[in-house]
Amino acid sequence: MLKRDRWRLLLVVLVVAAALASVFPIQGKIRLGLDLKGGAHILLQAKGTPENPVTEDSVERLLAVLRNRVDQYGVSEPVIQREGRDRIIVDLPGVEDPEAALELIGKTALLEFRAVEGVSPRVPASPERKNYEDDASFAAAEERWKEAAEQVAAVQQEMAAKAEGDDALAIMKDEKNVAYLLGPALVTGKDLLDAKTAFDNLGRPVVTIKFNAEGTKLFDKATADNVGRQLSIALDGVVVSAPVVQERISGGDAQISGSFSPAEAQRLAIMLRAGALPVPVEILENRSVGPTLGSDSIESGLRAGLIGAALVVLFMLLYYRFLGIAADAALGVAVLLVFAALISLKATLTLPGIAGIVLTIGMAVDGNILIYERIKEEQRAGKTPLAAVDAGFRKAITTIMDANITTLIAAAVLYYFGSGPIRGFAVTLSIGIVASLFSAIVVTRALLQIFLGRSRSVRLQQ
Amino acid sequence: MSLRTKQIRFMEIRRISLALSALLLLGSMVLLMTKGLNLGIDFTGGIIVQVEFASPVTVKEVRETLAEGGQQHVTIQAYSDRGVIVRLAADDEASQKAAIDAMKKKDSGVNVLRIEKVGPVVGKQLREEAVVAVAVALVGILLYITVRFRFRFAVVSVAALLHDTILTLGLFSLLGREVSLTFIAAILTVVGYSLNDTIVVLDRVRENWKELRSKGIVHLLDLSINQTLSRTINTSLTTLLPVTALFLWGGPVIGDFSLALLAGILVGTYSSIYVAGALLCEWNLRKPEI
Repeated sequence: MLKRDRWRLLLVVLVVAAALASVFPIQGKIRLGLDLKGGAHILLQAKGTPENPVTEDSVERLLAVLRNRVDQYGVSEPVIQREGRDRIIVDLPGVEDPEAALELIGKTALLEFRAVEGVSPRVPASPERKNYEDDASFAAAEERWKEAAEQVAAVQQEMAAKAEGDDALAIMKDEKNVAYLLGPALVTGKDLLDAKTAFDNLGRPVVTIKFNAEGTKLFDKATADNVGRQLSIALDGVVVSAPVVQERISGGDAQISGSFSPAEAQRLAIMLRAGALPVPVEILENRSVGPTLGSDSIESGLRAGLIGAALVVLFMLLYYRFLGIAADAALGVAVLLVFAALISLKATLTLPGIAGIVLTIGMAVDGNILIYERIKEEQRAGKTPLAAVDAGFRKAITTIMDANITTLIAAAVLYYFGSGPIRGFAVTLSIGIVASLFSAIVVTRALLQIFLGRSRSVRLQQ
Repeated sequence: MSLRTKQIRFMEIRRISLALSALLLLGSMVLLMTKGLNLGIDFTGGIIVQVEFASPVTVKEVRETLAEGGQQHVTIQAYSDRGVIVRLAADDEASQKAAIDAMKKKDSGVNVLRIEKVGPVVGKQLREEAVVAVAVALVGILLYITVRFRFRFAVVSVAALLHDTILTLGLFSLLGREVSLTFIAAILTVVGYSLNDTIVVLDRVRENWKELRSKGIVHLLDLSINQTLSRTINTSLTTLLPVTALFLWGGPVIGDFSLALLAGILVGTYSSIYVAGALLCEWNLRKPEI
């Protein structure tokens, strides 16, 4: 064995040992993307209004409020970062209910208490044919319903006209489409000290709130001024409830009851504690994957990868026999190196990333095939096995490099322009190319050197 | 360097193959211009909801359920007897909620596996980025090959990879398969593979170039293609095997991605010989380059 060959063998042993040490045990070491472990990826854009424009300060406060909400919701390892001037990326791994997460992130949660100046009557449910004996009575009922709806619309219009003329007044509707003419905001959510969920005496979930000193003073005055009248509680411009004030409340405690589910009440409490978003946001993009789909994806990717790898290993053995063993061993090293690199670079594995690894399995043996075909040619030209191996490697290397660098260029472009899963694909593809270059050129060579050193009469050509 | 006894005269049918490729290219272009691509929500904006019902359902039932919930403009794709992927053209929260509520009403055990929403702003941005990405990759590769090989080699390789890309796009248009962001990743991988394959052949042509005078371009190309033939076949096999496994067993999310790779690798292998090789041949016959 030449000195250079010995160094090569040592390098291979060291690299493989280091890779093994970093990969095993593999549990929990690979960082999985949201598409594999489940979770929500949300892209928000701050939407300013003329009175409330998006500024550096408001985006910073927006980030703080979002962090606060997410922390209180109890998400482990969330990512909340700014992108560009007015966009924010929120990644919530492991969220079971994507809809709830979206609600938690996207709602402004501006709480206002306003005096009720007028209420429109409620539009009754439209008649249904099955409740009437014949067409005539149904038509009459429909007629009555239309009239009622028109009356309500007239009242609402009148209220809208009033609100139009007075800046302090506002029109808001509740869930049942009843319109309220409301006075100016008397107390708002910014004067809250705390918000909690509780149950009222009928067992319905409610949110109890506690005001700070300023809020307590304002709420005391608001209730004192409106005893016997309705005081509305509005959230983001929708009336949640409008109870009649029974008596003046000076302690700074209040209760919001609406038709909440326990989960909704809990979200509302979190949002009120964390505070309203300083500017409203729009959800530009949302990709949420449940945990079951994620583990299914891992499973099917793994299965496809194993089947593909088994087929490739078998093919190389059948076609190249003895040389195939070296190629298969090199393939094993390439896959090991891919995982070692993923772990040490702290790269994120995504579903397209798994596809990239599966693809690598196929392309990794390309280097071996190029080398082996060259070796065969050299042997046919009458060289001894050792000389043929030397010449085969030397001549194949430039081809292998040229052929792989172009794929690397494509992968680099994907990495630069892509995001999330696509980036994951670009990363595994590039790592795969580098790993398979190393194993085809260095590992295969070292293995063949050992085999040929043992038995010089090995026949390469079948 | 020895010659193998059996030589296939690939370049004999180069005009037929070029005509075939031209025909397929034309067909793909016409398809792309008339039928167009089924662009996914990544590029158009919209909502995808993937759900699994507790009991088996048909696409028709799901469509009716959604229509009852007020969602008329939907595309429904079933990937198992209980699992469906629903695509809504609308991109507002209310439609998403209405669709999910309607399905929950039909089957309370329905499990929402995935929700994806892309707004029109992001869709437009992703579309532009995809175009820029493909363009940058092509220019980078063209430059690399020009530096490493000859300009003509670069031109015919890029012609081959454009051929592969357009045919893959044409196939997707024909089948009406969805074009998403991962499809762009697949296309760029096909670009990489197609080039890899072409370069191996052209690399051998470069090596044999000194024999151009004595042998002539047709024979030189046949020689080079034959010398690299077993590699070409073996590599496409070893690449196709795992990609086929991915297509068959990789799950619904990645199905279209694998299909694009599968098609791209097949055309990529063909085009290295019959687009890149044949074009180089014709070019040199008309305007010899020594």
